[in-house]
Amino acid sequence: MTAITPHLPVLQVVVPLIGAFLAGLLRRGTSGFLLALAVSWLMPIIAGAMLYQTLTSGPISYHLGGWEPPYGIEYRVDLFNAFVLMLVSSVGAVIMPFARRSIAFETDAGAWFYCMYLLCLAGLLGITVTGDAFNAFVFLEISSLSTYVLIALGRDRRALLSAFQYLIMGTIGATFYIIGVGLIYLVTGSLNMQDIAARLVDAFPTQSRPVMAALAFIAVGVGLKLAMFPLHVWLPNAYAYAPSVATAFLAGTATKVAIYLLIRFFYGIFGHAIDFRALTVTALIIGLSIAAMFIASFIAVFETNLKRMLAYSSVAQIGYITLGIGLANQNGLTGSIVHLANHAVMKAALFLVLGAVFFRIGSVKLHDLSGIGHRMPLTMTAFVIGGLGIIGTPGTAGFISKWYLALGAFNEGSWPLLLVIVVSSLIAVIYIGRVVEVAWFREESPLAATAREAPLDMLVPIMVLAAATIYFGIDTRATASIASQVAAMLLGGLR
Amino acid sequence: MRELQLIAGHYNYVATMFLMMAGLYIVVARGNMVKKMVGLSIFQTSVYLLYIAPGKIIGGTAPIIDPIFKVYSNPLPHVLILTAIVVGVATLALGMALVVRINETYGTIEEDEIFAKADEK
Repeated sequence: MTAITPHLPVLQVVVPLIGAFLAGLLRRGTSGFLLALAVSWLMPIIAGAMLYQTLTSGPISYHLGGWEPPYGIEYRVDLFNAFVLMLVSSVGAVIMPFARRSIAFETDAGAWFYCMYLLCLAGLLGITVTGDAFNAFVFLEISSLSTYVLIALGRDRRALLSAFQYLIMGTIGATFYIIGVGLIYLVTGSLNMQDIAARLVDAFPTQSRPVMAALAFIAVGVGLKLAMFPLHVWLPNAYAYAPSVATAFLAGTATKVAIYLLIRFFYGIFGHAIDFRALTVTALIIGLSIAAMFIASFIAVFETNLKRMLAYSSVAQIGYITLGIGLANQNGLTGSIVHLANHAVMKAALFLVLGAVFFRIGSVKLHDLSGIGHRMPLTMTAFVIGGLGIIGTPGTAGFISKWYLALGAFNEGSWPLLLVIVVSSLIAVIYIGRVVEVAWFREESPLAATAREAPLDMLVPIMVLAAATIYFGIDTRATASIASQVAAMLLGGLR
Repeated sequence: MRELQLIAGHYNYVATMFLMMAGLYIVVARGNMVKKMVGLSIFQTSVYLLYIAPGKIIGGTAPIIDPIFKVYSNPLPHVLILTAIVVGVATLALGMALVVRINETYGTIEEDEIFAKADEK
């Protein structure tokens, strides 16, 4: 064990990468599934070991190939990455058992699905673990390319179209990011994130224009990836037509990792050189977040395809996360980071519920679900729990994040913002409540009458995520206390 | 005159920006999916230029340590862009594969025709 310990950061990427390669060689879905299961369950163990290490003995720095930073690529794990790594690998692992039946039912891909799943996991973990801005781009593209394939695997023919649209927008986003990194490289001559942060402090006063341009390019590029409000148009279709497992996985991890990258650049790099709170970018982000919280929630209310409804709800929830980024104070940023984790857990649970429903009745249209609560009581109970979390009911994880965000707004002395958080949550009551009402209190539809409770290997991941939604709403030691430490660390570096 | 000098002195950036905007414009303005991919490739190519051009130092040579050479070009951008080219090729290949599948499914690669067909189902 001691021989492996120093290499944990790189294992986080290498193991799923090799796993993906092996899965690509396999023919049958079952063997691919077993391989992916083994690999994805190994990931939280590695991430957990690193989280423990960062909590007890501070950040880990791993020099790839033995080259000293800033010349070589450095994998740097501090509390923030370790937290996000833990989140992404756990969501990836919990969802996995669900995949076997669901993927066999929804696609013809077999082992290819698991190949792409592991590749995407490797890319996402890579973005999180790396301390090198260009390396992050490469991983961003690895995860994006595999995401396009995951979406295109859906049986609906519109899946191809949404994958293509996402490919166009995602590539533009990644290219914007790399333009921004290029401008920073021209100014500072470095690609190591910490080194950039240090060098920008000296370079910014004389060369503010390219640095500001870089900030803009990176904000827009990463904003496309995380579906920040006006750049979200790829998301609803992609989530709606991708296989259910892929949707749950992407909703729980891909956008969250992009948000991580944005926070890292804003607070870990630019914040050292630029007085962030004086910039219009924070006001702009707050404005766009409010727009997301309201407009996307309103669209969700009128959506009858439930996967699309949850996708729009995701856009709205991402609005809450970016709101905290824009607030740029201790409580606001804590709220963002907590909601990063909480929303990942809740949304993954909700999408898995829809996956289980689709597995039983072959539809996720609202009217087909009427009365299904009596046929699939456990599954739909999980939907209620996840839904309460999205609304932000006390006792669920969603309440904790909204509480910190509200505190952050309160610290800014911004009463309207406080009101906005509460009112937009009420819209969530409408779109979640509508589904609950139809599923539990209506006459059974012909399709719902044929349903049975989901099989155990699908039910367990759903229940684990639903239990986590409640657990993180009550015991906040694992999420909120780490998040507030991370927020203090990030804000401490600010000018 | 000063502006002219500025532009002439930074002609590599002018070329980069022209390619960048041309590529992005094609992606936005064209409905044909193959043309969109072409535009996307041009857009990505402009970034290669953004990285490579400043790495060149006039009179500089390849970074081979030898007493007869004094001035070296920066090799790092080349290495970075080699990676970016691979990424670009992969994106292009995947995009084209999707276009082929879309053509098989819908019988066209014009975006507006496809949207009309996708909704009627």
